Amino acid sequence: MIPVSEQLDHFFTEKMKEYPTQRSFLVPMLLYAQDELGCLSNQAVEYIAGKAGLSQLEVRNVISYYSMLTTKPRGRFHVQVCTNICCQLRGAEDLFEHCKQRLGIGHKGVTSDEQFSLEEVECIGACSWAPAAQVNYDFHENLTPEKMDQVLDEYRSR
Amino acid sequence: MADLVSHPDEVKVVSQRFGKGAAAMDRYLELDGYKAVQKALASGPEWIINEMKASNLRGRGGAGFPTGMKWSFVPKESAKPKYVLCNGDESEPGTCKDRLILEHDPHAVIEGVMIAALAVGAKTGFIYIRGEYRYLVDIMRKAIAEAYARGFLGKNIFGSGVDLDVRWHTGAGAYEVGEESALMESLEGKRGIPRIRPPFPAVVGLWGGPTVINNVETLASVPHVILGGGEWYAKLGTPKNGGTRLFCLSGHVQKPGVYELPLGYNLRKMIDDVGGGIWKGHKLKAVVPGGSSVPILKADEIDLAMDFDTLMKAGTFLGSGGVIVLDDHTCIVKFCLRTTKFYQHESCGWCIPCREGTDWMKKTLVRFHAGGGIKRDIDNLNYLAENMLGRTFCPLGDAAAMPVIGMIKKFREEFEAHLEGRPCPFEEHGAAVEQLPVLA
Repeated sequence: MIPVSEQLDHFFTEKMKEYPTQRSFLVPMLLYAQDELGCLSNQAVEYIAGKAGLSQLEVRNVISYYSMLTTKPRGRFHVQVCTNICCQLRGAEDLFEHCKQRLGIGHKGVTSDEQFSLEEVECIGACSWAPAAQVNYDFHENLTPEKMDQVLDEYRSR
Repeated sequence: MADLVSHPDEVKVVSQRFGKGAAAMDRYLELDGYKAVQKALASGPEWIINEMKASNLRGRGGAGFPTGMKWSFVPKESAKPKYVLCNGDESEPGTCKDRLILEHDPHAVIEGVMIAALAVGAKTGFIYIRGEYRYLVDIMRKAIAEAYARGFLGKNIFGSGVDLDVRWHTGAGAYEVGEESALMESLEGKRGIPRIRPPFPAVVGLWGGPTVINNVETLASVPHVILGGGEWYAKLGTPKNGGTRLFCLSGHVQKPGVYELPLGYNLRKMIDDVGGGIWKGHKLKAVVPGGSSVPILKADEIDLAMDFDTLMKAGTFLGSGGVIVLDDHTCIVKFCLRTTKFYQHESCGWCIPCREGTDWMKKTLVRFHAGGGIKRDIDNLNYLAENMLGRTFCPLGDAAAMPVIGMIKKFREEFEAHLEGRPCPFEEHGAAVEQLPVLA
């Protein structure tokens, strides 16, 4: 039994043909598997190690380098607030504090209903539209605490 | 997604298709799409490289290396396959321009990669996009698929007999991967640990083959150079600094945004006219003119032409085009701390000066900003930073050191104002000094 869907497994197999070595597609493979599974579980690591022709240790070694990859489950909606300099200059610290209060969790915390997780992240490339946050892969920009509440409410109702 | 802005002083070359739906193939073709690559195919590699050299286009990722010259370093004969690698790992704080290019004009990036491949004799190009930009990965995947469907990519492109593939790839969160050798490691499925140079990527790159690595904006500018001619492009800028670039205005300006201006545009004018001046009626305090890693400029130092050479003479860099504006309500120590915290987070730990240096600088600045600083800390910060410069495999160490050295040099009095338990003069509540140890 593979832990990911057949479509995703097929996608990996096809995409890997574009590279001269078996391990080249490893980083995207980890990210796409994580998107489907929620986190890189032991089964996921075993599966991907087999796919890339690597030991599980080598795969974990790569996972630990990339900040988006995680072996621990996050919330259904992963709220990533950028507090890097351009966002900081336009109120990101207050925004992050507000999110902590509102969700009742801290940096890298997960709400008890597993709906939300929170992370203070580094620059997400929204410097001219600061402060900004990403919820999963969606960008939300020019935020204020009030706008952030609307954003969170919208996800909560999904 | 991100809002587009406009200003009468803009010269729209690389941004000319923004907001025009050019991510769709038919629209791109209506707007002169894929003409440049056909011209390049007809004219041959030598002609392409000569036009690129004449254009004075310099790398838009940050280093400002002349693109034509970079391409000319690739050996003509190679036993191993050659590659073109487009760097879309945009992560330098203050920089958000590649995002707009990838969103609004993905085919221009593909076309730029194709022209680079034709120039150096590569058969395969890769477009690496940072993991956070998933919607742009999706846009690029669609654009590449469309290009294959039309026969612009694959076997015998445009009936020329040339085979050319362009592939997409994505990262998973790492600033350091924006550095060219770490980028190659990541594309090969590894941790983004930098490689020692020489050999340079143009000789030994991806999977050991000669590799050209260029930033998204650089490659998106290439089709315009090819169609308009190198000489035309060069004249848009200043001597040795050809063309225009996307400046990302951020921080305390009234109208932040990404503006395309000719190289050599005056920095003060960029802030006062294009950016609409400082917000909330405040005054200008300082500018970081090229992304977070370049030395800071004080308010009275900004009557500068924004090109690579002028800024270098002024003791800083044009870098990635991120212009970060600070008003007079900003605490430099806090700004310095947040900058350093970023580099500490992103340091991969491969080189000891960077791993230890960023960590100690961060620890010192945390304590310092909270009022637990002693006079010796200021010199110590400077000492740590200076001992990182030039002592690491990749420029992350330099990138972490330069802002600290710059801020201490320009704003030493503000560091001194935080000494010996005095609360931060810019924070209403002061800081929790008692929670932090004061070094004797």
